[in-house]
Amino acid sequence: MKFILKILKDFPWFLWSGWGAVASIFLFIALWDVGYQLYGELVLPSPKATFGAVADFFSDEAIVSDMILTITRAMIGFVAALIFGSVLGLLAGFFATASIMSRPIVTILVGMPPIAWVVLAMIWFGMGDTSVIFTVVIASFPIVFVGAMQGTRTIEGELKEMVDSFGLSLWQKFTNLYFPHIFSYIFPAWVSGLGMSWKIVVMAELLSSSDGIGAALAVARSQLDTTVALALVVVMIGSLLFLEYIVLEPIKKEVEAWRD
Amino acid sequence: MERLEVKGLNHSFGFFRVLEDINFTLEKGKVISIVGPSGGGKTTLLHLCAGLLDLTEGEIVNTFKSSAFAFQEPRLLPWKSVLDNIALGLIAKGVSKKEAEIKATNIALEFGLELKDLEKFPKDLSGGMRQRVSFARALVVEPSLLFLDEPFSALDIGLKKELQNHLIDYIAHHNLTILFITHDIMEAIRLSDKILLLKSDPGEIVKRITIDTPQIERTDKEVFDRMIELLKDQDIINTFELEIK
Ligand SMILES: Nc1ncnc2c1ncn2[C@@H]1O[C@H](COP(=O)(O)OP(=O)(O)OP(=O)(O)O)[C@@H](O)[C@H]1O
Ligand SMILES: [Mg+2]
Repeated sequence: MKFILKILKDFPWFLWSGWGAVASIFLFIALWDVGYQLYGELVLPSPKATFGAVADFFSDEAIVSDMILTITRAMIGFVAALIFGSVLGLLAGFFATASIMSRPIVTILVGMPPIAWVVLAMIWFGMGDTSVIFTVVIASFPIVFVGAMQGTRTIEGELKEMVDSFGLSLWQKFTNLYFPHIFSYIFPAWVSGLGMSWKIVVMAELLSSSDGIGAALAVARSQLDTTVALALVVVMIGSLLFLEYIVLEPIKKEVEAWRD
Repeated sequence: MERLEVKGLNHSFGFFRVLEDINFTLEKGKVISIVGPSGGGKTTLLHLCAGLLDLTEGEIVNTFKSSAFAFQEPRLLPWKSVLDNIALGLIAKGVSKKEAEIKATNIALEFGLELKDLEKFPKDLSGGMRQRVSFARALVVEPSLLFLDEPFSALDIGLKKELQNHLIDYIAHHNLTILFITHDIMEAIRLSDKILLLKSDPGEIVKRITIDTPQIERTDKEVFDRMIELLKDQDIINTFELEIK
């Protein structure tokens, strides 16, 4: 509770410190406009037209439901990856054999291009929700898993010895030592897993689904409607930026205040 | 009567013999210092006595009701504030959070920390401050037996003397028992009832020095005189490989 209050209290200051980021975004948009003036509408629509199209999306019921669908899929996939990844990662971390055995599997999972998963998912599950969500889960799972496993494996023996010498109970050891340490590894892993889910969901939809933002992107491509395509990209990136910088970053700052 | 008795203790790491035939008894209310060169096995001996390392040869009888340990490194929990770090042992003993905070604050102030430091995380402390926090964390639980592994090594002489005086006070008023490690012979003379000189390769007790005056009555002059006397002692010269000019 104290934590949440502190996050809210620091929030205006946090926003204020974001001016640098805002300036760089505007610089980017300016360059984008230069590109539009050089190459024309068909290659690169102007930022104005693109943001206009984004604004139009919100009055277009079909697109709004696509957005909701995509975000729902990404969230379901992410939450599943978060739960499986955290639980299995913790287990793997606590047992040396399990962590040694899981290492090559994780390497395979991380190394496998997500596009290959999309193809396999289409063969296994056909077109639709299952394929998309499966791809999201399988792509973000290893990130969360590795974070949880690292967190568990890197607890310092010296600190364990210290809490033993003070006779902390098992529960006290968990709340004072294990949880804060593991959390400091697992939370950043969750954030990267979320970013991964956001990217993968669009890609999976583009190939293996007939609805959602990814599918809308495929339609825009076939109609050579660059403006709508770019506007869809802006929506995805915009929502990710919002989630990462406005929601998660302040939490992260607070949770990691003790770090160098 | 509570006591710690070490009999015929040997210890090796692999084939490397660290401690050989260690015998001593620490009685309630007494302070024993272990002095010796770096790498001589002092920390190892302390860990064995505190039950943090498994005993392989010999016997240790420990009948003290409670004990606390201040490690050679501060070993603070990086995600906890100074105050919460000091209160850790109290919380483990089941003291209420409020009372623990009051006690922790008092001892922190006594140890020369300031109120504004109490909210800081360990990363924002100096080395000497961290050491004081670690020492405070051990002393605040009022253990019957206290294990101290070079608790003053990172402090300037003024602060060192002040904390030594605190400790002497505690010994006199709380009947505290301490097993103490130090490099500093003068510190050992000031604080202990008995000094064990531990030589290295392998760690063996080569000399036992008893000091009869109670700590609280020891004058600086007495400490200095004793120090000069000891620096001329052949065992000390050999153990520390002192060069005489
Ligand atoms: N866990 C361990 N495994 C193997 N060797 C060890 C281990 N711990 C200590 N040693 C060795 O045992 C010897 C004694 O170490 P110890 O830490 O007890 O020395 P010390 O007297 O406390 O030294 P210092 O005054 O520098 O702290 C050293 O040679 C060290 O390398
Ligand atoms: Mg040592």
